[in-house]
Amino acid sequence: MRMTADAATGSAAGVGIDDPAALKQRLRRAELRQRLRAYALVLPLCLFTLLTFLVPIGLMLVNSVHDPLVAEELPRSGPLLRALPAGTISPDEAVFAALAADMKDAAGNQTASRIATRLNFEYGGLRSVFMKTTRVVNRTDAGPWKPLFLEADTAWGEPRIWTVLAQTSERYTPNHLLRAVDLTHDERGAVIREPADTRIHLMVFGRTLWVSLLVTLLCLAIGYPLAYWISHLPPRTGNLVMVLVLLPFWTSLLVRTTAWVVLLQKEGVVNSLLMATGLVSEPLQMTFNRFGVVIAMTHILLPFMILPLVSVMRGIPPAYVRAARSLGASPATAFRRVYLPQSLPGISAGVLLVFILALGYYITPALLGGAGDQMMSFFIADNLSRSLNWGLASALGALLLAGVLLLYAVYERTVGITNVRLG
Amino acid sequence: MSSCSHFKLLLLAAATGLFAAQASAQQITVTSWGGAYTKSQVTAMHEPFSKASGVKILSEDYNGGLAEIRAQVKTGNVKWDVVDVELAEAIRGCDEGLFEKIDASKLPKGADGSDAKNDFVPGMVTECAVANISFANVVAYDKAKLGANAPTRLEDYFDLQKFPGKRGMKKEPNVNLEWALMADGVAPADVYKVLSTREGVDRAFRKLDSIKSQIVWWSAGAQPPQLLASGEVVMTSVYHGRIYDANVKDGKNFAIVWDGQISVPDLFVVMKGSKNVKTAMDFVMFATGTKPLAEQTKYIPYAPARKSSLALVDAKTKPWLPGPSQAGRGYTTNAGWWADKADELNQRFAAWAAR
Repeated sequence: MRMTADAATGSAAGVGIDDPAALKQRLRRAELRQRLRAYALVLPLCLFTLLTFLVPIGLMLVNSVHDPLVAEELPRSGPLLRALPAGTISPDEAVFAALAADMKDAAGNQTASRIATRLNFEYGGLRSVFMKTTRVVNRTDAGPWKPLFLEADTAWGEPRIWTVLAQTSERYTPNHLLRAVDLTHDERGAVIREPADTRIHLMVFGRTLWVSLLVTLLCLAIGYPLAYWISHLPPRTGNLVMVLVLLPFWTSLLVRTTAWVVLLQKEGVVNSLLMATGLVSEPLQMTFNRFGVVIAMTHILLPFMILPLVSVMRGIPPAYVRAARSLGASPATAFRRVYLPQSLPGISAGVLLVFILALGYYITPALLGGAGDQMMSFFIADNLSRSLNWGLASALGALLLAGVLLLYAVYERTVGITNVRLG
Repeated sequence: MSSCSHFKLLLLAAATGLFAAQASAQQITVTSWGGAYTKSQVTAMHEPFSKASGVKILSEDYNGGLAEIRAQVKTGNVKWDVVDVELAEAIRGCDEGLFEKIDASKLPKGADGSDAKNDFVPGMVTECAVANISFANVVAYDKAKLGANAPTRLEDYFDLQKFPGKRGMKKEPNVNLEWALMADGVAPADVYKVLSTREGVDRAFRKLDSIKSQIVWWSAGAQPPQLLASGEVVMTSVYHGRIYDANVKDGKNFAIVWDGQISVPDLFVVMKGSKNVKTAMDFVMFATGTKPLAEQTKYIPYAPARKSSLALVDAKTKPWLPGPSQAGRGYTTNAGWWADKADELNQRFAAWAAR
């Protein structure tokens, strides 16, 4: 605003004071220009955030419930399939005829395989049933279609396939979200829990939260004393130590993780040292388990805890603790009642930062963990690249996002988000 | 920078652009899995083909899967002409119309005069793909550690009493479930029939349960030889070519248990929408001829897809080739069956492994 005023005065000098209307107009124009320039300056950032952050997240959320493939590819039979009563075993000829017409089109557009893949996500084996039947239908010119379908595969006489077809021919489906929380449908379409031997997502979600919490607490336990020490060093030494803290950022995440594999593996540096000093007689198993994952993640995320802590602690005047001590507080009391509350914004920032980053960890558990240590990101990636089940991947992503937002809300209620400071 | 040098730069850019446009008329891109495998194809197939036809071949690497191929075909921005895929992808991609159909009658005769139809090992030519090799999933161990008391049968991989120690295992249901059933007494011919039933899958997981406490998981092909070398495991499942590599290039003394080998063919496909379909087809026909396939085994010990190539394979390489020449049970993976069951079994396997 001051800039604007200055600019206005500057230009006013050239106009002359006898024309207040023109002056006002010029002033307004100059202000507008200033404002536009300010917007133009933040526009790239806004666009960048929108395009690389908000739009993808929005698309992911949409993807987790919007799955129009089957509805679009089965335009004639879709409405009929949706209208079938639950538990239908044998719909009438009209449904089969519509399905046959759609299948012929799908075979022509070569989309049959994609429909088959989609059906297979819901019920293993439907892929080949659908492909096989499509081939038979494509060779045949006229019905009756019902006996032809049943001859192609007996699955067409079971309720399961009709339930799956009816569900997947809806444009919006809750199935992916249900799968993400280990729910599925029985053959008549009622929602039930997954069988015990395929239940996995909730367990993985719980594990993701637990590992992240553990790593956050470890980071806090190691980071707090270190940050205290750094903030009380003379500035020159303090800055030098800060550079050391930041040094790991100079190498890539992958390199740091691999370095931990080298250190911790069975015939690695740590085990060799332990064996040489006689502390253990047999090499310890430190890779491919939870231990390795937690150690490496703690190391990698530690700087994110130390940075906000140091900057907040540097701003805490030493006079308060000294005053508390001079008034008779023990060192422990002075720390607990005077210093700790003042460093709380730094703790808040560090804990939030580390916890949220840890939730999304992928490469470190993948390289250092066993099958029982993989976190949510692993399963998201697996569904994206191997199963090509993007709907389920999106649903898992949405679940993770919802979890983070929920925790954030709880945090806001208990600690207060205004009580977070990065420095 | 002066305006003169600007002009020169512009001229140079235009010239290279022109040159590139001209070159692309006689250039195809062949995409494969990289490493020693791609190298073997470049030496045995790309170079002789370029020499004979004058067509330049650009070699690219990828990590398998259909995602990238689908993206190229759907967006109409097809950069690859020929791709080396696994059988499951060859079938699925063909169903989706991502690949050109192959005219099997145009495949050249074998060097011994036999018809292509009889020359190719059964299953190696599909609607859209022609195989060049098969590799095998096998069990391997380090002779330096198990020399005196070496495993000989697939059952030994599941026998913790006789062979205590960790086992390397790929974090995927395929191969492992089949092996579990075979070690549990199911004949190779019946494996997929048994595995199609709920009881069969339960039985396979029960067998895997018996060694679960000792499993070390791997996911990339390069890992199992490292696990063996570092002593992390006593036995591991592995792609057989990696063991050959470790022995020949790194001087290791690993050995393969051929019993239970599961072969997986790698096939060439021509991308739909390629601008050089004819040249690409010519390349596929040439590369899967008797001589290039035999030549390839000099650089990597994978089983050639043609029977006639086998006669030309060096005697030193033969002991390393998978297939019926090796003792014990073995068969080719049933890609069609896995295409159906993979979604379901992947989840169950992940749930089992995570517990």
